Amino acid sequence: MPEQEPAVRVRNFLEVPLGYEAERAVLEAKRCIQCKKPTCIAGCPVDVDIPGFIQKIAEGDFSGAARKIKETNSLPAVCGRVCPQEIQCEQVCILGKKGDPVAIGRLERFVADYERAQGEVDVPECAAPTGKRVAIAGAGPAGLTAAGDLVKLGHDVTIFEGLHKAGGVLVYGIPEFRLPKAIVEAEVAYLEKMGVKIVTSAVIGRLKTIDDLFTEGYDAVFLGVGAGAPVFMNVPGENLGGIYSANEYLTRSNLMKAYLFPEYDTPVARGKNVAVIGGGNVAMDSVRTALRLGAENAYIIYRRSRAEMPARAEEIHHAEEEGVQFRYLTTPVGYEGNDDGWVTGMRCLRMELGEPDESGRRRPVPVEGSEYLIPVDMVVVAVGTTANPVIPATTPGLETNRWGYIVTDEETGETSRPGVYAGGDIVTGSATVILAMGAGKKAARAIHDYLSK
Amino acid sequence: MNRIIDKKEISESIWKMVLEAPEIARKRKAGQFIVLMTHDRGERIPLTMVDSDEAKGTVTIVFQVVGKTTRYLADMKTGDSLHAILGPLGHATEIENFGTALCVGGGVGIGVVYPISRALKEAGNRVISIIGARTKDLLILEEEMKAASDVLYVATDDGSYGIPGFVTSILKDVLDSDEKVDRVFAIGPVPMMRAVCNVTRAYDVKTIVSLNPIMVDATGMCGACRVNVGGKTKLGCVDGPEFDGHEVDFDLLMKRLRMYCDEEEKAMESYLCGCRDGK
Repeated sequence: MPEQEPAVRVRNFLEVPLGYEAERAVLEAKRCIQCKKPTCIAGCPVDVDIPGFIQKIAEGDFSGAARKIKETNSLPAVCGRVCPQEIQCEQVCILGKKGDPVAIGRLERFVADYERAQGEVDVPECAAPTGKRVAIAGAGPAGLTAAGDLVKLGHDVTIFEGLHKAGGVLVYGIPEFRLPKAIVEAEVAYLEKMGVKIVTSAVIGRLKTIDDLFTEGYDAVFLGVGAGAPVFMNVPGENLGGIYSANEYLTRSNLMKAYLFPEYDTPVARGKNVAVIGGGNVAMDSVRTALRLGAENAYIIYRRSRAEMPARAEEIHHAEEEGVQFRYLTTPVGYEGNDDGWVTGMRCLRMELGEPDESGRRRPVPVEGSEYLIPVDMVVVAVGTTANPVIPATTPGLETNRWGYIVTDEETGETSRPGVYAGGDIVTGSATVILAMGAGKKAARAIHDYLSK
Repeated sequence: MNRIIDKKEISESIWKMVLEAPEIARKRKAGQFIVLMTHDRGERIPLTMVDSDEAKGTVTIVFQVVGKTTRYLADMKTGDSLHAILGPLGHATEIENFGTALCVGGGVGIGVVYPISRALKEAGNRVISIIGARTKDLLILEEEMKAASDVLYVATDDGSYGIPGFVTSILKDVLDSDEKVDRVFAIGPVPMMRAVCNVTRAYDVKTIVSLNPIMVDATGMCGACRVNVGGKTKLGCVDGPEFDGHEVDFDLLMKRLRMYCDEEEKAMESYLCGCRDGK
């Protein structure tokens, strides 16, 4: 797939991959051998009929392909961009055994983009109104997916979103150059067209508790609030100016559009020497944002080696192409700052890999006496997130585990409170967009069963 | 939605604004705050609610014009709608009958301490209040504070009104007198809160302060508002906004509040020169 050249894109916020032309898409679709027993569908958390939509593309029926995907996936333009296909559908594609698997993700993106460009997005017919009302907390991937499925089944669905804009991590977390916000807006608008109501600036647990929602007449509640709380490393100097959590850095840049300051009012630091700690997608998003905001040296500081990095292969590849400097087997142990309280340096230790830990990856062990200083004027801590306690703290009887995540039935998303379901990062801890969507889908099915009793 | 119902400049560059927010009004308790956005390109700023009216569906804020966003807000007209109002956020003030409670308010912080002194009085406390401002024209809510207190002292730095000097010297006098003060609430500029805590520490009177760190989402998600309290990092938005003042690292708070000074100046400049986007 054609992409913006690294030297060019590193100075702009436009999307990196440019997408397929129609001709190229048809050619790629024709590579699919239409397996009798397709393994790819089983590799998809939201059960997209992959050979079905690819067949339509091969026939040149792009709108038909879009309809096919939307039978089970309300957010195809998003999934086509941010799903880790290489460990899902494409990993199990039969063609991958001998050569390249069919580029399922790129085809999905092509179809969704084609449909949006046509300006006329088909809205599927919804079932007759059931008279049941469902409240959803959180307009992220889990909540949006559950909403789409439930509204199709005829339920009256309202999403309550804490931020002033719907989309969750799709708007505050994932940068414009990886997922243009116009696409998220279009997918949200599509759900609204189907009848989903969205109330923004409404924090469930503060403005309304879950009990309030039942009092107001909702028959079921789905919690898709994400694992919103930042994790810091608790090393000395971490509260110096210029040290951000990835959540803050990305929220400022993406949701608040600080990269367009002063056209937009929210500022963000524009470091020249930027260290991003972590090896996941969020770390890659942060470091690539820093480059686009003018960093001369942008480092990834990761305590293990390249092989253990959890980020998608494509994100690491893009970061490498753009000139990110990877400091593997390195961990920060403290920071130094100036009189204004701004960070000036990061003290690091070198690590070596020891025996495998409980995650199966080799455990990094500090090398004694290896401490050294990296001069930095900005740091982003991207080492994960944890559960936000607001909802459990205000919902009597809602069971959480020892990390604060909500305990649910794995198959249904049902919590310890009757009529209350949960899914996505607030159940599993930080994971991917598509896994949250899968959880939203399962919960929607279970909520429908519950409401149909 | 989110309409400005009423606005009034109650002293030089300090505004009182009544906002339409029926659901927040229903839930709001003393000490809690809202986050607002003036327009779609605006930033999210936290402001403590000084009052609410459930019947009218409104909440009241008092704010000082200190930068672009507050200038923009003050320039908005009655009937205009804000882009977003989020709340009620943060923990409510812990109100009980402590015995004698002493409320110290400085500058625009008087607006924040006012609902607390009122709630303390309603809970049966003897309420002594000390309010102060740089000069007479900056003093706000004197009548309201008088009504909410058993005793009210007023100080101005330049001596243009009330007792000349800082609130801390009056505070010392009260603590040295026969009054047995059981709890102090201090809200105002960071140097004032720090000075109050330094005084009360010597008398071993627990002192609650309300902190105003920079926030973005204000729901516990971003960590912009982290403060150091008792050697531990806390989030101003969800763990606060009120903390035990004797445990707060005010120096860190000051430095973190100054993180975007240059950008704030730039934003203000471009606003005042008339390049007003979205307005």
